[in-house]
Amino acid sequence: MNQLSVPHLDGNVLAGPLADVFAVDPTTAWHRCPTCRMPSSIGELHVYGTGPGPGLTGRCPGCADLALRAVAQPGHLWLQIGNGAGAFRFPLPHSAR
Amino acid sequence: MSGFSPGFRGRTHAFEGRLPPGQYPTESFPVLSAGPTPHVPTEDWSLTVTSETGESRTWSWEEMTALPQQHPTVDIHCVTRWSKFDTRWSGVGLDTLLEQVESDAGFVVAESYDGYTTNLPLEDLTGNKAWLVHSFDGYPLAPEHGGPARLLIPHLYFWKSAKWVRALRFTTENEPGFWESAGYHDHGDPWREQRYWND
Amino acid sequence: MSRWLPARLTQRTDQTATGRALRFDVPGWPGHAPGQHVDVRLTADDGYQAVRSYSLAAPSDGRIIELGVQVVPGGEVSPYLADDLPVGALVEVKGPLGGWFRWTPGDRGPLLLIGGGAGVVPLMAMLRARRATAVRTEPCVLIYSVRDPDEVWYARELSTPAAGEDLRILYTRRAPAGSPRPAGRITAGDLPGPEDPPKGPAATTYVCGPTAFVEHVNGLLLSAGRSPEHIRTERFG
Repeated sequence: MNQLSVPHLDGNVLAGPLADVFAVDPTTAWHRCPTCRMPSSIGELHVYGTGPGPGLTGRCPGCADLALRAVAQPGHLWLQIGNGAGAFRFPLPHSAR
Repeated sequence: MSGFSPGFRGRTHAFEGRLPPGQYPTESFPVLSAGPTPHVPTEDWSLTVTSETGESRTWSWEEMTALPQQHPTVDIHCVTRWSKFDTRWSGVGLDTLLEQVESDAGFVVAESYDGYTTNLPLEDLTGNKAWLVHSFDGYPLAPEHGGPARLLIPHLYFWKSAKWVRALRFTTENEPGFWESAGYHDHGDPWREQRYWND
Repeated sequence: MSRWLPARLTQRTDQTATGRALRFDVPGWPGHAPGQHVDVRLTADDGYQAVRSYSLAAPSDGRIIELGVQVVPGGEVSPYLADDLPVGALVEVKGPLGGWFRWTPGDRGPLLLIGGGAGVVPLMAMLRARRATAVRTEPCVLIYSVRDPDEVWYARELSTPAAGEDLRILYTRRAPAGSPRPAGRITAGDLPGPEDPPKGPAATTYVCGPTAFVEHVNGLLLSAGRSPEHIRTERFG
């Protein structure tokens, strides 16, 4: 990763952080953007903030509207789906820590 | 010893004293963003300060740059663990801007051109320790670093120094911002390692 | 639900000056599909941890996994994995991860694989899985863009196409002597048109590489009339 400009990656990189709180692989989950109506899977979102973390921002690949935020904290995962406020904090199972 | 990855040290082992806990020093200036970089021409730029009663004051780019300018040299600390020493900025002290609007509120929400928000206690913005900056190292602030103008609040983690800022809104309640509502600490003091909500 | 598994480095192979194939022995590895990745976690003596994603380069093979690691200059994790982690030492891995960018020989239909640089790694897992399958009548085209001949990963395996394979290496900066195509960035003319093989509505396309490469190729594919539902992309930084 270039230190001077961190490009966005795609939602495939969310598979690891989200695997701790989902029983099925979440990257195939599908939605239609409420702003531009473009359909996409979590795997197709444009994800900013990867690598160093802790906050990951997933955006619609069509219009860049906010689709989810995930914050990986030791022992917890914060997950905000959609573009509003009010994330859920999931405790991570001990085996996932 | 964890038994895993022998000899891996991370980058936290140098620069004692000026380095908050869990940070490593960097010479480069990493860019961390939560979305595409907005490009705001200075002729379209403005900054608005609004009180809790709705009273507001707006500065154009010319008006802002005509205010008394300061040139802070400060250390900055990002929650992604890098710290950068002796960074040189130019801009306007937030005392100068905030005193132009009458308010009894104790908190401020900073709002940016890309929709980003962050919340701050007023006492962290006053007392000559926070700025609206428009140049870095003697050059106009690049868009990827928050240009044309960003906040500079070096005593807090750098996510509080909102890039592309366009408004400061006084609030009587503390209103969590973009990251604060998703698990980041409300205050974000790097010396107390206030990274997450319950740190 | 997924947990961190100890993984012991058993073999390190240079693919390029800065690219390594790393094989790990992972007791309890549940198996995986080509295209999937793992998260690798390193732990420093002071407890500091760093996590990065790496693609699996080979189909499932018991408890052995192969990862492709490209050194990122100044990076925190990749130089350590590429050159410093001793053979026989442990890291932790979590996986397999990702159900979006994945393919198995059971997924019927022709395949178009387009990789840039180290982006060939997950495509190699697909190609190797296809080669290991007895039935491989449907065509598979691999278009692999690299800077110069020294940057080709898996050069020996890619020198001989298997049945139904069309392997094309494109050089962006320096082509080998006698190469019919001059060095240059991938263009529409390098990609199969809608009527060229692999064609048909079920021709699945996988594109992996640096973000700028993926954006560029994705744009070319859409302009060439390929349908977005059949294009799966993976970007890396």
